[in-house]
Amino acid sequence: MSKKLLSTEKLSIGCVAPPGESLQNKTGAWRSMRPVFKQEACIGCRACELACPEGCVFGDPKKKQFDFDPDYCKGCGICANECPVDDIDMVMEEK
Amino acid sequence: MAEQQILEGAMAVAHAVSRCRPEVVAAYPITPQTHISEELSQIVADGDLDAEFVKVESEFGAASVILGASAAGARAYTATSSQGLLLMSEVLWNIAGMRLPVVLACANRSLSAPLSIWCDHQDAEAIRDCGIIQFYAEDNQEACDQHLIAYKVAEDRRVLLPAMVNLDGFLLTHVFEPTIIPDQAKADQYLPPYEAAMKLDVNDPATFGAFTEPDKCMEGRWMVHDACRRSLPVIEEASADFEKIFGRPSGGLLEEYHTDDADIILVAKGSLCGTIKDVVDVMRGEGTKVGLMRIKTYRPWPNEAVLRCLKNAKHVAVIERGASFGAGGVMTPEIKETLFDAGLAIPVSGYCVQLGGREVPPDGIREIVDRAAKGEKQTAYEYFRLKTEILPDLVPGA
Repeated sequence: MSKKLLSTEKLSIGCVAPPGESLQNKTGAWRSMRPVFKQEACIGCRACELACPEGCVFGDPKKKQFDFDPDYCKGCGICANECPVDDIDMVMEEK
Repeated sequence: MAEQQILEGAMAVAHAVSRCRPEVVAAYPITPQTHISEELSQIVADGDLDAEFVKVESEFGAASVILGASAAGARAYTATSSQGLLLMSEVLWNIAGMRLPVVLACANRSLSAPLSIWCDHQDAEAIRDCGIIQFYAEDNQEACDQHLIAYKVAEDRRVLLPAMVNLDGFLLTHVFEPTIIPDQAKADQYLPPYEAAMKLDVNDPATFGAFTEPDKCMEGRWMVHDACRRSLPVIEEASADFEKIFGRPSGGLLEEYHTDDADIILVAKGSLCGTIKDVVDVMRGEGTKVGLMRIKTYRPWPNEAVLRCLKNAKHVAVIERGASFGAGGVMTPEIKETLFDAGLAIPVSGYCVQLGGREVPPDGIREIVDRAAKGEKQTAYEYFRLKTEILPDLVPGA
C-alpha cells in the first residue's frame, strides 16, 4: 500500500482507510436517550460494560464507578436494562 | 494474423476473456450466460489460463469473490445475466465505490416476473446508476473486443472503475458468427499485467470503502461520478489504441450510421441495431433521410457525442428494450435531457419495442420511421404494438 494514497485529512480513492481511522468517526450523534450512571448502588459487576454493543461503557469495578463515551454511545439503553441494581437511568438527550 | 473462426458468441467471449489473462474468475451459471463461464472453467482446467476459477454458491458470492480478488490486486472477471446481475447488485455498488477495476459480462436477459429467459436490457439498466461503465455490443466480434477495452479503461489510473460488457442474450450469446479471437501476443501488448494502485496486504492493513460521516459521504460518492465522467476520453483513447494494435475498429462511444444528413435519427443499443441498419439502408434507397445513432458506451453517458450527432435532426426516435414502469423510457429521457440542456427543441419519441425477447421485425422499425416522417407527436413513451387483446380485465372484479 502506498502510504501517500492514504490520508486522514482527505478522502482517498475508493475511500480506503488505514487501521484505527474509524475512531475519528463520532457515531453517537443520532442518540435520542442517554444513560446516566448514578453511581449510587453500583456493585461493580461490569454487566453494563460487557453488554454494551458499542464497547463504549468503561469504568473501574473496584471503585464501582462506570460511565460511557458520548462520542459513540447510541443510547440503546441495554446497559440500563442489564444493570441488576438499577443504577443507570435513561434520560432524554436534549441540546 | 489471427484467423476468423465460426464460433458461438458465448464461447468466443470466453476465449477473448482468457486472452485478457484474468487471475481470478468466479461465476455462477445462469441462462443465457452459462456458456461463458462453462468454457472459461474448461480453459482453466485445461491449463490454458493460469487463473483461479472459484465455484461459488450464487451470484452474490461470485461478485463478492471478484471484489475480494480485485482488492487483493488480482485481475478479476465474472459473467452473469438477469436475476444473477440483480443478486450481484449490492456488491456491484460496493465494487464501484471501492474503485475496483473488475470486468463482467452481462448476457442481457429479461427480469422476472413474468419469468422469461429471453433478451431485453432491463437487467443492465437496473444497475445503471451504480458507477459501472457499460458497453453494449452489436455483434460477437465487438463483444469480444469490448472485453479487452473494458479492462484497459477500468484499470486506467484516471478511471479505476468496474466495467461491464453487455451482449444480448441468445441473440448474440447463442449465435454462431465469424469471429477473430484476439491474438495472445497482441493482447499482452495491449493489456499489460494489472498493477493495483492500492491493494489489501496483511502486513499493511487497510479498509476499503470505509465509513464516512455525512460531511464527507457525498464527496465519496461524487468521486465515483467524477471517475465515470473522466473515463469518456479514456474509452476513446483505449479504442484508438485497440485499432492500432488489432487493425480493426472496435469500442468507442457511438456509432453514427448515416446520421450526417439525416432528418430522422433512430437511437438504439445492442444487436437490434443490425436490423435497424438494414431498414435504414432500404429506406435510404427510397429517399428517406434516416440514420441510426448506436450507443456503444451507455455509462458514462456520452453527452457531447450524442449532442453532436443529433443536433441537426428534425426528429429523434429512441428504440428501447427497456422501460421505467410508472414513468417512461430509460434512454429516452436521457436523450431529451441532452437536447433540452442544449436548448434544442427537437421532437423525441420513445418506444419500448420489446421486453422478454419478442422479435422486432424490420416493418416495425419502418413504422417508427414513417410516424416520425409524418411529424407525429408522441405524448408518452409507447409500448410498441402492445397486444391489448390478450390483456385481462386490468382491475380484477371491477
